[in-house]
Amino acid sequence: MAVQVSIPTILRSYTDGAKSVEGSGETLAALITDLDTRHPGIGDRLLDEGKLRRFVNVYKNDEDVRFLGGLDTELADGDNVTVLPAVAGGMS
Amino acid sequence: MRYDSLLDSLGHTPLVGLPKLSPSGDVRIWAKLEDRNPTGSIKDRPALAMVEEAERDGRLRPGCTILEPTSGNTGIALAMAAKLKGYKLICVMPENTSAERRQLLRMWGAEIVPSPAAGGSNEAVRVAKGLAEQNPDWVLLYQYGNPANAGAHYHGTGPEILADLPTITHFVAGLGTTGTLMGVGRYLREKVPGIEIVAAEPRYDDLIYGLRNLDEGFVPEIYDESVLTTRYSVASADALRRTRELLTTEGIFAGISTGCALHAAIGIATKVHKAGGTADIAFVVADGGWKYLSTGAYEGTLDEAEDRLSGQLWA
Repeated sequence: MAVQVSIPTILRSYTDGAKSVEGSGETLAALITDLDTRHPGIGDRLLDEGKLRRFVNVYKNDEDVRFLGGLDTELADGDNVTVLPAVAGGMS
Repeated sequence: MRYDSLLDSLGHTPLVGLPKLSPSGDVRIWAKLEDRNPTGSIKDRPALAMVEEAERDGRLRPGCTILEPTSGNTGIALAMAAKLKGYKLICVMPENTSAERRQLLRMWGAEIVPSPAAGGSNEAVRVAKGLAEQNPDWVLLYQYGNPANAGAHYHGTGPEILADLPTITHFVAGLGTTGTLMGVGRYLREKVPGIEIVAAEPRYDDLIYGLRNLDEGFVPEIYDESVLTTRYSVASADALRRTRELLTTEGIFAGISTGCALHAAIGIATKVHKAGGTADIAFVVADGGWKYLSTGAYEGTLDEAEDRLSGQLWA
């Protein structure tokens, strides 16, 4: 089972510059653990004391995981996960 | 419809059906045309509400200088209100926003302080907060943290939508300051059991997110996650495609952030339709397309338009 994860510029130092990497896991938490084995250190940048960092947004197939079950969000083969820094939005 | 002045004509915008983009008579999509406000965007509502609130609590007095971080529409709305009410306005604005917005601001007499493109609106907020500290007599209205922003939608936009569409099941809007979603969302949650409040967030390219440190991100102070049912991230390609689709199928010429909200609205409509359900989905047309013509969003192929938008704050 494979999940495609897009990585923001700021974290590409952990992925040898790759914009998108593969990972696996039944849940988002498991995926992050897997990513951290493949790209040591990346987990710490996403999590703080076992929770998603406040200024890190993670989307499963474009939907914010905070509304899907957070770190317990279930993942399936072929899902796309996007990690983005929180920014002040547009239209303002 | 007759009003005593331009400011009095704020709001009461039309809600129009989208018969061609709606999947069926049972699953309908409705557009709230907020471009029909005095300066052409939904931001007239929070801008006027914030100014009037500051006047009431005594922070704004005749001759005062207003300071605001804004990528455009709020600034344009404030510039008009400031001009009519006799205030000076200084806008801190990312340098990568469209030329039309800067021209409009200057036209209404606002002064523009550019903030670095790389930081996007985050950087504009930082610069404005710094200026406010150095100039304690300036009045920072601060749309990202001002409850009057959401209040304008709680008292205005929300009740208008419900009056026109009592059968509403979903409300969809773009996520910026979060004011529209917080205000309309709270109002509808109080009145409509089971209502879904859906945020559509513009997803920019790497140039905008840049090398931003993940510890220095930004979440508007007025944002309350519990008001939303869910939140979608919409890529610029999808927002552009929907903006054009809205024009070619329904005749509505809207700004690109509207395409972002429409993309989420159509996604929901398709899902409900496939499941055999019924829905009345209202989404916000935040502004018209006029201010974005120079971005090239409406010309050539979608790929070309997407390339031209790269590095620009399109919403």
